[in-house]
Amino acid sequence: MVHRYKMNNYNIALDINSGAVHVLDDVAFDVLGLYKSSTREEIFNSLAYSQNEIVEAINELKGLESAGTLFSEDAYAGLLDEINGREPVVKAICLHVTHDCNLTCKYCFADEGGYKGSRSLMSFETGKAALDFLIRNSGGRRNLEVDFFGGEPLMNFDVVKKLVEYARAEEKKHNKNFRFTVTTNGLLLTEEIQSYINENMHNVVLSIDGRKEINDNMRKTKTGGGSYDIIMPKFKKLADSRGQTNYYVRGTFTKGNLDFSGDVLHLADEGFKQISVEPVVADASEAYAIQVQDLDMVFKEYEALALKIISRKKNNQDFNFFHFMLDLEGGPCVSKRIAGCGAGTEYLAVAPNGGLYPCHQFVGNEEFKIGDIYSGIKNHSLTEEFEKCNVYTKEACKECFAKFYCSGGCLSNAYNFNKSIQKPYEIGCQMQRKRVECAIMLKAHEAFASL
Amino acid sequence: MKHIKTLNTKLLNNTECQTSVAQ
Repeated sequence: MVHRYKMNNYNIALDINSGAVHVLDDVAFDVLGLYKSSTREEIFNSLAYSQNEIVEAINELKGLESAGTLFSEDAYAGLLDEINGREPVVKAICLHVTHDCNLTCKYCFADEGGYKGSRSLMSFETGKAALDFLIRNSGGRRNLEVDFFGGEPLMNFDVVKKLVEYARAEEKKHNKNFRFTVTTNGLLLTEEIQSYINENMHNVVLSIDGRKEINDNMRKTKTGGGSYDIIMPKFKKLADSRGQTNYYVRGTFTKGNLDFSGDVLHLADEGFKQISVEPVVADASEAYAIQVQDLDMVFKEYEALALKIISRKKNNQDFNFFHFMLDLEGGPCVSKRIAGCGAGTEYLAVAPNGGLYPCHQFVGNEEFKIGDIYSGIKNHSLTEEFEKCNVYTKEACKECFAKFYCSGGCLSNAYNFNKSIQKPYEIGCQMQRKRVECAIMLKAHEAFASL
Repeated sequence: MKHIKTLNTKLLNNTECQTSVAQ
């Protein structure tokens, strides 16, 4: 399978199974479009190039095919039995230390922090038991991850600090290495908390949507005021204090700002170097939801953003955009490429009461409660369903060119829209495909612009 | 080659980390 497309004056072909990316001239690009479906005579008659040029292009395409970098066979499908046969162990937990929030963001998947339940804080005892559960179920894995999440985790920061201290003591006993992250809306950030985060958190996610009017339309305080003026100076200070690495400013775009490249560039203009602005995932009945009819505009905006990134890089104003980051030279192992985040198997979320869920997005949906940290995983049929979910089990992924860069999409989004973790959220898929195209084009530009 | 340039030299079919893929 080969995906061919044009962007920014590049003719690009992605060989899906090998991952090879080719940049073609117009002759080769047009010949490639007919290469598998037409005879040589038919290609001569269909295209307005000289026979000599067409023959050259055909020979080059044949050479790539022989080398295994065009129309290559799927090398992963045969490995499924080996991958599926492994005993899953837990390596990461998302600790919901706070089911409460000091903002009232309209689009919050967590129901403004409450997760459709009563507002609550995780106790130190519950958090401690969750860390014990993680260590106990992590098998031989040394690197373990804990995300402090909410709601707003800074509303329960004393417990966060105690849990970090406990984990540091336990990791020595069990030969483990904890990696911590925290996600915050920034309202409660202080210099003291900033110092603590810098000393203890490997990654920090700072929630802000971009331009002031965009952010303040969605991310309001309890009294109805905007949050931008409170959080922006704090976030700039925190990002600088971390040397502009190991953090992300993370925003959400909605139907209200389909010109979201303006928000990305605003964050870049404010000095941030690690930026993610992502599409809202919301029921179609919500006024701010992104609908099928919005996709053309979203696609144009992603392409416009890619061009802006190129021009800024020329002027040494570059920044990283989370969804355009693609590693064509390395990449993860096969099992990760085909199954993604490991939700429900190696990554679990823990609610304030100790309940276990496949990931943070499933918390609050009792159908997806798989057990608790005290008695362990009880709903094995559900975890098996997650374990066996990958790009080879999803019909929608089989012919998709982006499958090895997307790993089948978010399982929670799939369930929320299609009531099955095996049926990806189609609007999300379409945006993902456009982002992969943009990311590959950026790589092509990086490699060939100077030639 | 005259008509085609290949971008990457390490490929999928020639194949403890952080939780995520495109890592």
